Amino acid sequence: MNRALAAAHRLSGVALALFLPAHFWVLSHALQLDAFIAWTEQPAVKFAEWGLVTLLALHLAGGLRVLALELLPWRGWAKTLAAVAAAFAFAVGVAFALAL
Amino acid sequence: MSMLRVRVWRGGADGAFREYEVPRRESQTVLDVVTHIQRAIDPTLAYRYACRVGMCGSCAMTVNGAPRWTCRTHVDKVARDGRLALAPLRNLPVVRDLVADMSEFFDKWAAAQGRFRGARSRRDDFERVAPGSPERRRADVAIECIGCAVCYAACDVVAANPGYLGPAALNRAWTLVNDVRDTSQADRLRAVAGDAGSLACHSHLSCTERCPKGISPTAGIAGLKRAVARAALKGEL
Amino acid sequence: MSRRAETLLWVAQRASAAVLALCVLVHLATIVYAVRGGLTGAEILSRTRGNVAWAAFYSVFVLAVAVHAPIGLRAVLAEWLGWRGASREVALAAFAVALAVLGARAVLGVFG
Repeated sequence: MNRALAAAHRLSGVALALFLPAHFWVLSHALQLDAFIAWTEQPAVKFAEWGLVTLLALHLAGGLRVLALELLPWRGWAKTLAAVAAAFAFAVGVAFALAL
Repeated sequence: MSMLRVRVWRGGADGAFREYEVPRRESQTVLDVVTHIQRAIDPTLAYRYACRVGMCGSCAMTVNGAPRWTCRTHVDKVARDGRLALAPLRNLPVVRDLVADMSEFFDKWAAAQGRFRGARSRRDDFERVAPGSPERRRADVAIECIGCAVCYAACDVVAANPGYLGPAALNRAWTLVNDVRDTSQADRLRAVAGDAGSLACHSHLSCTERCPKGISPTAGIAGLKRAVARAALKGEL
Repeated sequence: MSRRAETLLWVAQRASAAVLALCVLVHLATIVYAVRGGLTGAEILSRTRGNVAWAAFYSVFVLAVAVHAPIGLRAVLAEWLGWRGASREVALAAFAVALAVLGARAVLGVFG
């Protein structure tokens, strides 16, 4: 469980690092925001948006887990952290999917 | 009598698995299986063991993909469908068959300043260490390590980062960081800082999950991270 | 890179992570709110344009990202691609600058 979450944390980080320059570039052209938003109405883009939000939630949850393991005096509940992190990411994914 | 199908790594790094049939017995351990192969089937098989009662750690090897002590692993617990796969410990060079070369494991132990240096001689009085003190308690939960390398074999960072000192060496360094008698703390913190030191640990917890002594190197390494960060921020590194 | 410098990178990574944890939670909540409300581009921009508080928030966000992402990639490049040494550090520094510049232009675009 821990290794799976660590792998997901790493992969989501890489994906976000690759996504952000594009994200910033689009936002800097905000004058054409409506045209861009129209483009994002496509199902494939909506799915990608959902994917990004879920990746973000996953990376955040995994990161908080690392901070907890490195800074807090944990003992037996280390494994629970991985499950909690995964559950949080899943919940955010569901929330965003419902909001779409 | 049912038989076990046991695949065993034979040869060096460029070797291969060879399959043996071993009679299944009640309360059999994996060490029993390996010993049977060497004594009754193929005397050329090389493997390590010593105490055979879970005290020395010599019998550590990879059993069905996970590093374990073979003397403490019951066949019933790991042999799915009566099959076993045995290989030498991961992350260490293979000498032959099931024997791994432990040199780098112990070299890294030394590189992490994993040895005690005190200020007193035999002519001085004993140094007093309160057993209930926070430092001593932290050291006590980690000092039972017997250097079996199961954690080293389990560690993904060791696999990906050849210079990484590894969980056992860093765990030992942690016990000494908490030893109030030791006089080489500055050197030690410097040794466990940086890309090859405690900071490279990604907290996968594989070491903690597999340690047969119930030690948590991850916890000790987290302590080292904090100590090293504090030293760096204070300009003491 | 010296051990001290490598350690300070680690500290910067954790510090920026803590900042980002807050920023990301706020950002996620805001995004979900905007998407649920079905806001158009014009509506979003009418709320963000000239908004100094939000501009400051996202400026901090951008800076934290410019610190956090390159240091995070540093370990991945070493462990998965075997890329270590000065060339890696230079490439990552360039990436950090790129993120900061692109991020600043994004903040200007949305909040300017």
